[in-house]
Amino acid sequence: MQIAYYPGCTIKASASQHEGAALAVLRALGVELREMEEWNCCGVVHSLTSDNLIRHMAPVRVFARLREQGANEVATLCDMCFNTLARANIHARQQPEQIVAMSVTSGGELSYDGGASVQHMLQILRDRVGFAKIRARVRRPLRGLRVYPYYGCKLLRPSEVGIDDPETPAVLRDLMQALGATVVEGSLQTQCCGAYHVVDHDEIVAERVAATTAQASVGGAEAIVLSCPLCHYNFDTLQPASDTALPVFYYTQLMGIAFGLEPGQLGLEEQQIALLPLLQQHNLIHAKGDLG
Amino acid sequence: MTVTENVPLISMQLMGKDYSVPSGLTIMAAIEYAGYKLVRGAGCRGGFCGACPTLYRRDDSHRIFTALACQTLVEDGMCLVQMPFVPLMTKPYELQTIVPRPNTLLQHFPEIAGCVACNTCTRACPQGLQVMDYIQAALRGDTKRAAMLSFDCISCGICSSRCPADIKHYAVGLLARRIYGKFVIPAAPDLSERVAELEAGDYQDVLNELVGMSAAELRVRYEQRSFEAVADGGETHSATKRYNSPVDPVDFQDEIEIEIER
Repeated sequence: MQIAYYPGCTIKASASQHEGAALAVLRALGVELREMEEWNCCGVVHSLTSDNLIRHMAPVRVFARLREQGANEVATLCDMCFNTLARANIHARQQPEQIVAMSVTSGGELSYDGGASVQHMLQILRDRVGFAKIRARVRRPLRGLRVYPYYGCKLLRPSEVGIDDPETPAVLRDLMQALGATVVEGSLQTQCCGAYHVVDHDEIVAERVAATTAQASVGGAEAIVLSCPLCHYNFDTLQPASDTALPVFYYTQLMGIAFGLEPGQLGLEEQQIALLPLLQQHNLIHAKGDLG
Repeated sequence: MTVTENVPLISMQLMGKDYSVPSGLTIMAAIEYAGYKLVRGAGCRGGFCGACPTLYRRDDSHRIFTALACQTLVEDGMCLVQMPFVPLMTKPYELQTIVPRPNTLLQHFPEIAGCVACNTCTRACPQGLQVMDYIQAALRGDTKRAAMLSFDCISCGICSSRCPADIKHYAVGLLARRIYGKFVIPAAPDLSERVAELEAGDYQDVLNELVGMSAAELRVRYEQRSFEAVADGGETHSATKRYNSPVDPVDFQDEIEIEIER
């Protein structure tokens, strides 16, 4: 299976471990991600001002170029990119006259017919590959590893673009169980991490991260597993440095471990909170020399 | 230039005033024909220096168009203004101390994160560069792509004058090319050999001889000069032939790109 791939700026600039792991894991599952050519930033935050058209040009341009490049579907890893692209796409389908207006103001060089779609990588894994195939690819089950899946906002809300039930999501739980891990759940899995308040009010983020990690720890979790690079940044950098800080994994990293892939591809040392001690404790990687 | 009487005149506005000028002139020549003396906003007159950006409208369109005055012919109904300089202030950097990371360009030019991908810069570029795409490449830390796509930038600044996000595109491209040149492409071994020869004084006698020559003697020497033949025989070296292509050099990446062997 081949699918067009939209990485997004954050993945390239500050979450390369997620991308490296994703490419390796999907290759192992027989999915080839083909990076789009000359893609632009998704626009970051979906503009709620529906008539401020310049704010919708970036995501629309991604779809327009995808179509120019002969694809109808694109997969992305970043939750923010996914959410922004998916919402812009709905906008483009519901209000094609706005696309026409954009085209006119841009000298006629931007046109998009609403005929493309964006998929989150977790949708590809759940709906195309399937958890049964993922389970069958596991070489080193994450037996005994207790993880707390954290969803945050962008995968789930608003519900017209969410990939799972906004109140009781299951995709990360099912994926982790397919890898053999033990899942710890709690009410704060879907609470916003504080997002960009890390820039101006990081105490808000720190408080939310503390509450969520406390809930995870009380439930017996040893690690957080998540998908969003912004959530990852917040959980990885705003937990106070201590022995009890929970390591934060991208789901792709844990898939790579469970698949027995070369750990050097998985970016396991690019986190603030070390991942290796926990993996070694569970005998999931060997102490030295296993990092390729 | 000789303007003969049978060249038809066209009407245009220069900086808000009506003029009749012969058709077939460049904007720059028309400005001079109209009696202005250009002391700023004119340079090489060959399309390379980027000193003569022009903003203009046509009478059949609501749009603002941009061009280099020395490279664009006047049109009937044109209304134009010369834009001699686009202010450029950037945080100084010391290339020797930069550590290239994926976010290096973003750190030096945080305003690139404000790019809304409207592509106005690309449409304004008189060089036909994919300006928005090199800003996007810079934003995602793809220094090589930013360097390649901005390779033919002449720093006229028209892009920056039109950008709704106030990005200083040409300065971003310049830093991308500097980082790419310094940290990514391998150093040319010939260069360090030649520098060593220069520092050892290998050419001092020859240079002294030239300095001591009269103009007539230099002329004779110049006319007798010979070029080094290329290794496979035939053509001589030319520094410009390869790049003076009307085609975007990005299409010729294999010529200008040096891959690092790993």
